[in-house]
Amino acid sequence: MIKYIKSFTLFELLQGMFLTLKYMFKAKVTINYPHEKGPLSPRFRGEHALRRYPSGEERCIACKLCEAVCPAQAITIEAEPREDGSRRTTRYDIDMSKCIYCGLCEESCPVDAIVEGPNFEFATETREELMYTKEKLLENGDRWEHEIAQNIYLDRKYR
Amino acid sequence: MNNFSYLNDLIIPGSIIIAQILAVLMPVLISVAFLVYAERKVLALIQLRRGPNVVGPFGILQSFADALKLLTKENIVPANSNKIVFLLAPIITMVLSLAGWAVIPFAPNWVIADINVGIMYLFAVSSLGVYGIIMAGWASNSQYPFLGALRSAAQMVSYEVSIGFVIITVLLCVGSLNLTKIVEAQETVWFAIPLLPMFVVFFISALAETNRLPFDLPEDESTLVAGFFTEYSSASFVLFFLGEYASMILMSSMTVILFMGGWLPPFDIFPLNAIPGVIWFVIKIIFILFLFIWVRGTFPRYRYDQLMRLGWKIFLPLSLLWVVLTAGFLIAFDMVPNSL
Repeated sequence: MIKYIKSFTLFELLQGMFLTLKYMFKAKVTINYPHEKGPLSPRFRGEHALRRYPSGEERCIACKLCEAVCPAQAITIEAEPREDGSRRTTRYDIDMSKCIYCGLCEESCPVDAIVEGPNFEFATETREELMYTKEKLLENGDRWEHEIAQNIYLDRKYR
Repeated sequence: MNNFSYLNDLIIPGSIIIAQILAVLMPVLISVAFLVYAERKVLALIQLRRGPNVVGPFGILQSFADALKLLTKENIVPANSNKIVFLLAPIITMVLSLAGWAVIPFAPNWVIADINVGIMYLFAVSSLGVYGIIMAGWASNSQYPFLGALRSAAQMVSYEVSIGFVIITVLLCVGSLNLTKIVEAQETVWFAIPLLPMFVVFFISALAETNRLPFDLPEDESTLVAGFFTEYSSASFVLFFLGEYASMILMSSMTVILFMGGWLPPFDIFPLNAIPGVIWFVIKIIFILFLFIWVRGTFPRYRYDQLMRLGWKIFLPLSLLWVVLTAGFLIAFDMVPNSL
């Protein structure tokens, strides 16, 4: 009997409509992506960058740990002693189309040279542009140094 | 002399009628564009999205951009289709959904054709709408449109029966088929209150009649691609789309006239009755259209047999019972209008 009264007064249907009415006044979950951006964790693993010391000297000492640990074998490093006798890379290439953004390279780096920065908007129109060279990576490091340094600072407790 | 009589008899009344038609149809077509925008926006709100917000301020020009895009595309006519019927179908749908506006009274005396069988005309025109759909489904010569057209035909026929009985209950209370008289009869109380169950039945049948969710089986995306207009593109698609939304507005204005007192204010007191009738009419239509969209945002689609069951086993007996009850009530309390 109650079941019939319920179905003839459309009780459940009205309940459903009330629910959607409530949802109309809730905050939207969509963000206007190119104009607004969602929050990123300090550990976010985006585009790679090679960092420098504040003196301007590049951090990378060509230990090749990142090359060895890279599961996708995306990193290629060649090294020889520089004129002043320090060991530096002559070639540091990352094939960004191979990279799986696992973050093992930055984990393995003893001098925090190779890092994955907060930038994820580096889509290109050709594959060739995704073959990153040492110059490109150092340039990224210069451009994102402020954000990268801040992220490393925020994450210091867990490193 | 002869030329002058020609002018007086034909050209001047003719141009007045054309001006009246344009004055009704242009706002209707423009409001279709805004209805599509409002629908997308309300659905987005219900689903916590933003909806169109790029074209124009708050995206209100989105429908015009879409129309422009569709009209510049190629009109593809399938090779195996019956080309004449295929192209005629959207035109029929569009014309029929606009033809109904001829008898709609927007305010006292604001009506193009104040005919005495207004409600019959409206009912006939909205029933003819099924022809456009059947022709589209048959002429496309393809399985999905054909299934969509069959479903649509069966659905519209079954719900028209109960709509017919609902209209009869209203007519029993009014004693006239003239839409203006129907509105005037609601001066004391809107029929939505004494005839509430019939109002609900009419609204749900109107959803089925205009192929709206939860009864949009003729154009059911998940099973029939786009139903009867699967094969349509470009301008003929626009005509179907416009026709469908225009008939949605027509059905809601019919609901307003039959149950919500047309242009009458809710209470005949000062600040409310100072507002012109046409504005009340538009406000009520917007409310009903909002209900259409709200229902779409809330309920899942009916299964086809459930749809038929609802139409024939619930709505038909219910509306029949209410016809008898209303007639008995009117006779018992001697309230029959226009009794001879």
